[in-house]
This record gives sequence, structure tokens and C-alpha cells, in this order.
Amino acid sequence: MNIDLWILAFSALTVLATLWLGFRSARGAKSASDFFVAGRSVSVGWNASAISGEYLSAASFMGIAGMVMSSGYDALWYPVCYACGYLFLLLFIAGPLRRFGAYTIPDFAEGRYDSPVFRKIAVIFVLFIGFFYTMPQMKGAGTTLAYVFPGLPYWVGVVLVGAVITFNVALGGMKGITLVQAFQYWLKMFAISVPIFVLLSVYGGYGKQVEANGENVQRPTSNAQPSTIAPTTAALDVGSSTLSVERSPLNEISARQPLPPKAPGDTAWLNPFGPLTTKAAKAAKLEGPATKPYALLYTYSLIIAVVCGTAGLPHILVRFYTNPDGGAAKRTTMWVMILIGIFYVFPPVFGVLARNLMPELYNGVGSKGTDKVVLELPRILNPAPGSTGFPWGSVLSGITCAGAFAAFMSTFSGLLVSMTGALAHDVYGRILRPASTASERMKMFKWCALFIGTVSVFLGCFVEKLEINFMVGQAFAIAAASYFPLLFMSVWWRGMTVRGAATGMLTGGLCSLVAVALTNASTLALDTGAMGRLFAGFKPLNDYWAAHPLLRILCEQPAIWCVPLAIGLMIVVSRLTRATIPPDIRMKMLVLHAPEQLGLKQDYIKEHEGMGH
Amino acid sequence: MNTPKSDASDRRHSEAFLHELMGKQLRLSVACAAVFLLALFALPLLNYFLPDVMATRVGGFTLTWLILGVLFFPLVWVIAWIFIRRSIALENAEAQSIADWDRTKASKK
Repeated sequence: MNIDLWILAFSALTVLATLWLGFRSARGAKSASDFFVAGRSVSVGWNASAISGEYLSAASFMGIAGMVMSSGYDALWYPVCYACGYLFLLLFIAGPLRRFGAYTIPDFAEGRYDSPVFRKIAVIFVLFIGFFYTMPQMKGAGTTLAYVFPGLPYWVGVVLVGAVITFNVALGGMKGITLVQAFQYWLKMFAISVPIFVLLSVYGGYGKQVEANGENVQRPTSNAQPSTIAPTTAALDVGSSTLSVERSPLNEISARQPLPPKAPGDTAWLNPFGPLTTKAAKAAKLEGPATKPYALLYTYSLIIAVVCGTAGLPHILVRFYTNPDGGAAKRTTMWVMILIGIFYVFPPVFGVLARNLMPELYNGVGSKGTDKVVLELPRILNPAPGSTGFPWGSVLSGITCAGAFAAFMSTFSGLLVSMTGALAHDVYGRILRPASTASERMKMFKWCALFIGTVSVFLGCFVEKLEINFMVGQAFAIAAASYFPLLFMSVWWRGMTVRGAATGMLTGGLCSLVAVALTNASTLALDTGAMGRLFAGFKPLNDYWAAHPLLRILCEQPAIWCVPLAIGLMIVVSRLTRATIPPDIRMKMLVLHAPEQLGLKQDYIKEHEGMGH
Repeated sequence: MNTPKSDASDRRHSEAFLHELMGKQLRLSVACAAVFLLALFALPLLNYFLPDVMATRVGGFTLTWLILGVLFFPLVWVIAWIFIRRSIALENAEAQSIADWDRTKASKK
């Protein structure tokens, strides 16, 4: 049990800074409007940083690197689609949604269809998607704490982090969160990029590291241990004379560490259609070219899930309402894309470096496996045990730990705010007690935050054996089949009726929810520990899937059939119930699409007040 | 409550205006999305049918790794930038056309 003090110091500093910022801005949050959408007056720069801060979760910070290490090329689809999904949001949804003006997606659902019942249905998915998204954040928390305090059980980390954030959100609401998340974006950016720059300058460029993987690459046979090579630290210490010093170890080190048997081979890892996408086909004893059509299907389904899912994430969408106007919402999206696009270049580099330099991580399972590569890798820069020298590796590892804390803390707070908002604002304020006073709702917000936080921690304790990034992909698949079709069709097709919208959203969303839950249960059933016993009932499912690889892929990545299913149902059912199209649909469409200068929104509100809404 | 919706002479609330507005916006969005989706959906196909070309080494990377891991992000920025400029111009033009229409109507009276 040896705690690295540098790592501990940086992590503690991040947590304290987050709490301090939260408390400081909590003093400013007084009204209910402050709590829910930060008074709608957040500037473009702040809002873009805050959205990015919220979006870059544990999956982006830790999960992608881990998955690139374990699966290679195929995992690159995740960061690219995480970033590209934003474009979809910008092209089809961001502007109209902002012009319509409502606090949350359930607000939009109710306003668009004049149906309080539909609001209640729509709220469900804020919670479904939210809980699926919090599970990987909790795994990130458990993994990081287990790394900072070696020997600490995984679940203790989950409980600790969950409690701290829940407390913070219950006190500050959204306003506290905007400031905290903007700060956390820049912290994450710093924490992922600086260690990469240092590692690459010591061990050779990104391209060189990818090049080290391949069948026809000559590999020097020296068994140099990078962790014991002293010039590394010398290079960092001297600073000004780094170039001349570091040239010498560079060539030796490009000899990468031998891979353990558990690691995928070079060809499979480097090229498309590797271990991730061919897993189902391999389980069915298919070999070589026979696996490729399955892998192609998997890839497309994954792309659809992540690209469409981004456009339907409730905790991201709610932020568009915090912009002063639609034009600002668009500029914000542009900045978000630049901020997260730059960020997403870095995590795969970690994965590649770790495959070459720290392959022993392939042998770990759960929180000791590849998901902790971002935290562990910088430590190879430390001087060998016994020799003197400044532990630069520990400092850098402390920085990435701080970034990881920022990652799961910010995303978890964002989710907690939107899920709590759904409970307090929709379920309590609109459904259970519409007559409640503002102060009662504020009090309820705090209780709801506690409740949601507790459930998230509970769920988080189950998922140690699942890959962080994989779980986030599942949350996206559910969003892609529920909220994305709802928003997209409601904004662009005036023929939608409330029955059509509800049928499509519920069927698509629930189908993908059940599909991914089955996949997870069957994976957990393979575990040799306590989880395996808990989920043992799902074991036969694996045998069934070995016989039907196609069904396994469609369950693991359901977007390719769930999204068309949801949209198709929306169209068919809306056609059948054509008589129930809202009578003032033209006005609603005008509010969604007409430039804000024309003031149609005011007309619309006036009209509705007249009608007694 | 004086709802302007039944005022047929008011262009901003007219069916024709909404139709034109949504049509223009949708065309712009679809055009931008088409470029981006083409790139996104073509890459797996290229990987599938031309594995050797995509495995060509470029500065250490394989070609497909370079495209997906690095070059995709700038492409997305360019599309987003074009879209934002065009859509803001579109909104201003629409607002202007309504203002012009109001003015001619006022002068006719």
C-alpha cells in the first residue's frame, strides 16, 4: 500500500476547487429559474466551455484510450462520432429548439403537442438515458480512486465520489455547474494534452508509435525497459538542452514491449474490423473474411447510435436554452465542436502509446485493466526505483488523475442536474403537486438530487467489469432511438401527432434499452466473481448468441434497427391519427423556424395566454 | 386576444412564408449533412472493399487511421462553419424580406 503523494495532491486539489467553485456560485443562485437554466444569460464562451466540459465524460477521458488500447482502430469511431454528432445537432435541432424556448425536452414535448400526458412519457427517457450514462461515470470514479489509493475497493470510490457530487449539486443547481464545468473543460484539455506532449517528445511521435504495430515492421530485439531508462528524466530536467539528450533513447525505446497473450495481434489491432466489431462473429467460430460483413454492420450501427444519440442527449440539449438567442446557440455549437474536436485527437494517442509501452495492462480486469491507462501511463517517466531523480511521471500522472476527476465529476453533475430537474420540475412541479410554491420546489430539487445520486451510486457498483466507453455508447443508442427521432420529426414534419410521437419514441427507446441491457447482463454472467453469480441466469444467452452472431450484433448495437423503427412508427401512426394534429400547427412551426427578429414567439405566447394556457 | 393567425394579408403568418422558410432551411441542412454523411458512411465501405489502399502507410499511420483519427475533425469544422454563416445570412434575408413587405404594404395604405 503505497500512495503516490503527487497523484493524491493533484486529485485533492481538483476536488476542492470544484467544491469551492460550486459553493461560491451557489450563493448567487436564488430563484427557481437560476436553478433550472441559469437565468438564460450565459455567454457563448462560457456556455461552449461548459457544454464541452459536461460532454467530455469519463468515457472520453479514460474510456477511449482504454478502448483504443484493447480494440485498436475500431475504437476510433467513438471519438469521431462523439464529435460529429454535434454537427447533426447543429444542422437539424439546435436552432429550432432554442427558438421554441422551453426549459427541458419534456417542456418541448408538451408545448409542441399541447399534451401534458406526453410530457409524463417524455420525462421517463431523461431518467433512462441518464442512468445508463451515469454508470460509466461511476466506473470512472471507482477506477480512479482505486488507482489513487491502491487497495481501496472499487465500490468505495463510487460511493465517495457519488456522495460529494450529489451534495454539490443539491446546493448549487445549474448556475454553480456552468462555472464549474467551464473550468473543468480547460482542466481536462490541459490534463490530456500535456502528458501526451511530454510522452511523445520522449518516445517519438504519434505516427511513429502507430508504425510500431504491423507485421512488416522491423523490430529491434533489445529488451530495453522504458521505465528504467534514465535519460528520460534527464531530458525533462534539463529543459533547454532536451533535444540533444533525448535523441539517444528514442531509437532504443521504439522497440516496444512484448505483448502478453491476451493482447490482440498487430493486424487485428491496427486494421479496421478488429476485435471489437468481429467479436460476435468470432464467438460463432467464423474466421477471416466471413467475419467482415458482420463487422461492417456493427460499424454502421455504432456510427448511427453515436451520431444520432448526441443529438438526443437530454443533459446536453438543456444547455441550448441557456443561450440568449438562437444565433448564439449556433455559435456555441461551433465552439463546442472545435473544443471537443481538438480534445478527441489526444485520447487515442494514449491508447497507442500504452500498447507499445505498458502492455501489462492487457492482463488486468475491471478497474485494474485498460480503462486506467490514462492514469497509469505517465508513470513510466519516473526514474527507476532506487535511483534518484525527480518523479516527473508521478506529477504527470497526478495531472491526468485530476483530469479524470474533472471528467466524471462534471458529467455526473450535469446528468444529476437534468435528471433532478426532470423529477423536481416535471414529476413533482407539474404532475404530483402543480400548486406547489417556488420554495417548495427548491426544497424538492434538493431531495430529488439526493435520491437520484443514491440510485446512480447503487447502479455504478455493478458495472466494474464493463468497459467505460462501451457503456456510454449504449446510453447513446437509447437516446438515438428515443429523443432523436422525437426532436427531429417534431421540428421538421408538421404532420406529427402526439400518438405518433409517443408510439415511436417509446417503442424505439424501449427496444434499444432492453437490447443493451440483455447484452450487459450476458457479459456480466461470464464474470467469475460475485457479478457472475448474480447474473448467472443470463448465461445461456451467450450460447444462443454464439449460434446467432447477427442477433448478438443487433442486440449489442441496436441503433441500426431501432432508429428507423422509431421514425417509421412515428410516420405511420401520425398518418393514421391525422385528425389530431394540433390546430395551431402553422403557428408552432413558425415559432420553430422563423428568425427571432420577427417576434413570432411573443405572438404565440399572447395567443396561448388568451386560450387560457 | 387578437390573434393574427387569421389575418390573410399578414405575410409573416402566412402558409407561403412558412413553406418557403422551412424549405430553405431544410435544403441547407440536408446539403451540409449530405457531405458529412457521405464521408462518414464511405469510410467503412472503403475499408471493406479497398483494405490494401487504406492500409498504406502515411507518416507511420495507416491511411485509414490518419483519416479517422486526425483529418475527420477539420472536415466537420469546415462544414459547421459554412452552415452557420449561411444560416445566419438566410435568417437575415428572411427578416429583411418581411420588413420590406411590411413597408410596401404600409405605403399602399
